[in-house]
Amino acid sequence: MSTARERGTGTGERHIVALSEVAKTEIKRLIAQFPHRQSALLGALFVAQEEAGYLRPDVVTEVADALDLSTSEVTSVASFYHLFHFEPVGREVIQVCTNIACMLNGCDRVLHRLRKHLGIEVGQTTPDGGYTLRTAECLAACEEAPVMMVGAGRYGPVTADRVEDVLARHERERGRQ
Amino acid sequence: MPESFLLKYIREPDQGEYDAYVSRGGYDGLRKALAVAPEQVTDEVDRSGLRGRGGAGFPTGRKWKFLPKDPAITKYLVANADEGEPGTFKDRTLIEGDPHRLVEGIAISSYAIGARHAFIYLRREFHKGRAILERALAQAYAHGVLGEHVLGGGYALDVVIATGAGAYIAGEETALLESLEGRRAMPRLKPPFYPAVKGLYMQPTALNNVETLCHVAWILARGAEWYKAQGSPILISVSGHVQRPGVYEVPLGTAIRDIITLAGGVTAGRTFKACFPGGSSSAILSAAYLDTPMDYDLMKLDVYGSMLGSAGLVVMDDSTCMIEVVARTVEFYRDESCGKCTPCREGTVWLGQVYDRILHGQGAAADIELLQGIARGMTGTCFCPLGESVPPAITSSMRFFRHEYEHHIRTGTCDVKPHAHA
Repeated sequence: MSTARERGTGTGERHIVALSEVAKTEIKRLIAQFPHRQSALLGALFVAQEEAGYLRPDVVTEVADALDLSTSEVTSVASFYHLFHFEPVGREVIQVCTNIACMLNGCDRVLHRLRKHLGIEVGQTTPDGGYTLRTAECLAACEEAPVMMVGAGRYGPVTADRVEDVLARHERERGRQ
Repeated sequence: MPESFLLKYIREPDQGEYDAYVSRGGYDGLRKALAVAPEQVTDEVDRSGLRGRGGAGFPTGRKWKFLPKDPAITKYLVANADEGEPGTFKDRTLIEGDPHRLVEGIAISSYAIGARHAFIYLRREFHKGRAILERALAQAYAHGVLGEHVLGGGYALDVVIATGAGAYIAGEETALLESLEGRRAMPRLKPPFYPAVKGLYMQPTALNNVETLCHVAWILARGAEWYKAQGSPILISVSGHVQRPGVYEVPLGTAIRDIITLAGGVTAGRTFKACFPGGSSSAILSAAYLDTPMDYDLMKLDVYGSMLGSAGLVVMDDSTCMIEVVARTVEFYRDESCGKCTPCREGTVWLGQVYDRILHGQGAAADIELLQGIARGMTGTCFCPLGESVPPAITSSMRFFRHEYEHHIRTGTCDVKPHAHA
């Protein structure tokens, strides 16, 4: 989203501005939807995360300021949920459902193939920063088991030998956007 | 066979468009609702006998009647679209396939309880559903279905989509409200925090499941009598080892066997071994229970000892290792436990450790007793239904497949998988 923006590489590097005006405007729009501004917090954190890549401390602080909350409160809330990242993740996060319906339909083979193909373990990111591999809770798409998500795209049924095709297809669809 | 209606238009590619929805009778239910007093809408839903489709099966009309009638009191309606019970995917199917039905159900229900604002708490992972729902909401506003003058009348309603962020516990109603208020999704103490009394922002709130709200739209469009004549339809999510996994609409009380037949039967060349009839929170049933009726009350009878829950029917064939299945289920609840109460936070970790060592060939004879003891210790002691959802899979798997536990522990190997895949 914000490729032109500077991203910190070293520790202690100061970010003068964490979020763009576009992101801040979007957060304001979310806040206006609710009778109480804190209700916009999860949505605001996603806006911030999508722009910054992950929830850097300066990003969290800026979200907290926008919502008139303390940084510790925002950190506490964000850390409760699986889909917020406090460390850098790949450009795409792959989520493989490993719950029962997907397990019965061979998700372990899919996961094994992904680990081999990407050369990483669950929870890790490829060295080129392309993908982060994660397992997921039931994705409520058990009719397509085994199911995986690549970014916001849902794919299923995925067999082990189709894993590479799915990733290639996702890249094509992403490229078109 | 009664008419299938909840899924009737689900495959129509233009069903998400306002014009197509209206041309198929859409928003008739809302029009009829607005023509009568709110109490009459509640009465109609009450008469229909509709019970909540989120899992608890509480009568919807009665739930609404718990809210105060005083118009001076601010009330809210919240649609629970945080579908996440393993094996359940009917709400996602409705959101993606018939979004205006949900909007209509929300508008009718909000009018019935006197809410000016309604919120849809939508799972973050439903990216496709969110896009479809946002479009439907925008169309509903543009056509005056929502906003200052609903259908041109004096009722005003705003509907807002709120997002989840990845937490199974947020599907529990009070945890959902915490999350919707921008906090950690940890359940609230009941009493005093019954949503109908102290819900969203501590105001009286009606919380209804997506499927429930879609039923409401149909009930108001066609009437409670017609609805009852359909045999109280319910959506069953069928997954696992069946030929045609998917969502099926059947009358309440349909036997498990018949639903599996609708789904094309068990995987070719295999036989039925067991199933979770109502998601992974329900007790497992074996082949001797294929004639069990999928019904809220009957399934809870001692003879079945399970529950309909969210009606997520997960079918397992004879190649399935039950220890693996239950271990995976336990892991899931362990990862999703919010940590608020000790039995759930600690119990799921302990259970996970025992299952792990059994699966790694390091189980001890005393482990069966140990698992049963931990399960007992979690029964009736957890703060919310999440922890209470763990023991049923353990105790039922031991009831029907104790020999598998014993074999794993005695030999360190599985006696199912090698034969099944030989």
